[in-house]
Amino acid sequence: MFKEFAKGLSITLKHLLPGNCTTVQYPKQKLEMPPRFRGLHRLIPTPDREKCVACYLCPTVCPAKCITVVAAENEAGEKYPAVFEIDILRCIFCGYCVEACPMEAIEMTDAYELANFSRDDFHFDKQRLLKP
Amino acid sequence: MTPEVLTLSETPWLYTGVMLVKIIVAFVATLLIVAYATYAERKIIGRMQTRMGPNMTGPKGLLQPIADGLKLFFKEDIIPSQAHWFAFILAPMMILAPAFISISVIPFGGDLQFSYDGILYAVPMQITDLNIGVLFIVAMAGLGVYGIVLAGLASNSKYALLGGIRSTAQMVSYELAVGLSIVAIFMLSETLSLRGIVAAQQLPLWGLESVSFIPNWYIFCQPLAFGLFVIGSMAEINRTPFDLPEAETELVSGFCTEYSAMKYALFFMAEYANMITVSAIATTLFLGGWGGPFYGWINFLIKVFAFMFFFIWIRATFPRLRYDQLMFLGWKIMLPLALVNIVITGIAILLW
Repeated sequence: MFKEFAKGLSITLKHLLPGNCTTVQYPKQKLEMPPRFRGLHRLIPTPDREKCVACYLCPTVCPAKCITVVAAENEAGEKYPAVFEIDILRCIFCGYCVEACPMEAIEMTDAYELANFSRDDFHFDKQRLLKP
Repeated sequence: MTPEVLTLSETPWLYTGVMLVKIIVAFVATLLIVAYATYAERKIIGRMQTRMGPNMTGPKGLLQPIADGLKLFFKEDIIPSQAHWFAFILAPMMILAPAFISISVIPFGGDLQFSYDGILYAVPMQITDLNIGVLFIVAMAGLGVYGIVLAGLASNSKYALLGGIRSTAQMVSYELAVGLSIVAIFMLSETLSLRGIVAAQQLPLWGLESVSFIPNWYIFCQPLAFGLFVIGSMAEINRTPFDLPEAETELVSGFCTEYSAMKYALFFMAEYANMITVSAIATTLFLGGWGGPFYGWINFLIKVFAFMFFFIWIRATFPRLRYDQLMFLGWKIMLPLALVNIVITGIAILLW
């Protein structure tokens, strides 16, 4: 019995030694996110437009129904999304849209600090999603 | 020149002044240690659980106890409508006063000499040297129970009541074992004065001149009594693994569930003051009080802090006992062991 007591005490004493602390001082110090982390979405641009061709696969596959796409045709006769909106408040960050996209036009970044002040700030339109 | 002893009849003003200074110094030091014991506890337990502990308020979180105190001071003081208001207010005071009073008989150093008006005076570094010092401490420890019971009863809440009942049973049964374990010390020192007990521990070990570098601390000849005393006092001051009266998982927070603001802070302070008192008593009775390599009170504080670290360490390590295990340990293991220890000590004293 006393051996077990001593063993327990030695474990806690070992943890007390400097260098055993596992806390990350979060706002000051941030962890590197793993490459497959699913954070805020981003639409990938090409030099003159966005890669997206408005095929409607992502709003179809989205389980939370948070993606709104309206397709249109530009001067060159190409299909493009006139409206591409994601309601981040409804998004569950499952990453199905990224998997479904045939053009690899949408990806998920490592941004996770998404808190904001008003509901409207959580509507990410095309311009905001195109930002790097 | 042998120093004069200060007396109330010959030098009343000087005596009163010295006494007041001693009381203020001891009280302020105790309060400071209480404040920073909370910080030390949170920091050490945090580290032992590989967390940081408080580190935002001031450099390394050193202002945390002051911030906590301020916060509790400005909180709303709620007295539940169904509580008995007089007993409700009285309880935290009744719990805090005995915890602080016990400090008054503990010697924290040898004599301090100073000359005044051409006469050399010697002042013992102890507020008062009662010739029944140990009995006084045991009595005060007994009074501490009333505060907890009263808090439990006055709150008119089932958790508080359960906490109060638990703590009464626990403290009464462990006080017996603790009291009996101290008896062996009196038998060796043949005095109840704490100063006398410390003086007896400064002789060489077992009266042997050949090992005169080892002091005659009672931990060497009474290891069993020491163990019983430490375990028993841990139970008496309601610290983990014996913190059943305030078991968070079962009783919210036991007898202080209904308390808020400064009254709650008083309970908290009493808990830590009790820890200091118990450490100081254990130091005085078993570890030779202020004796040691450094100057008087520094030795004393080092030993007290070592004890407090031990209590914190235990808290970070062990889970809480079940209630029947607690009673089993108190009545069926510690009490018989304490009695056996007294008998063996008696036989040993008769033989040598």
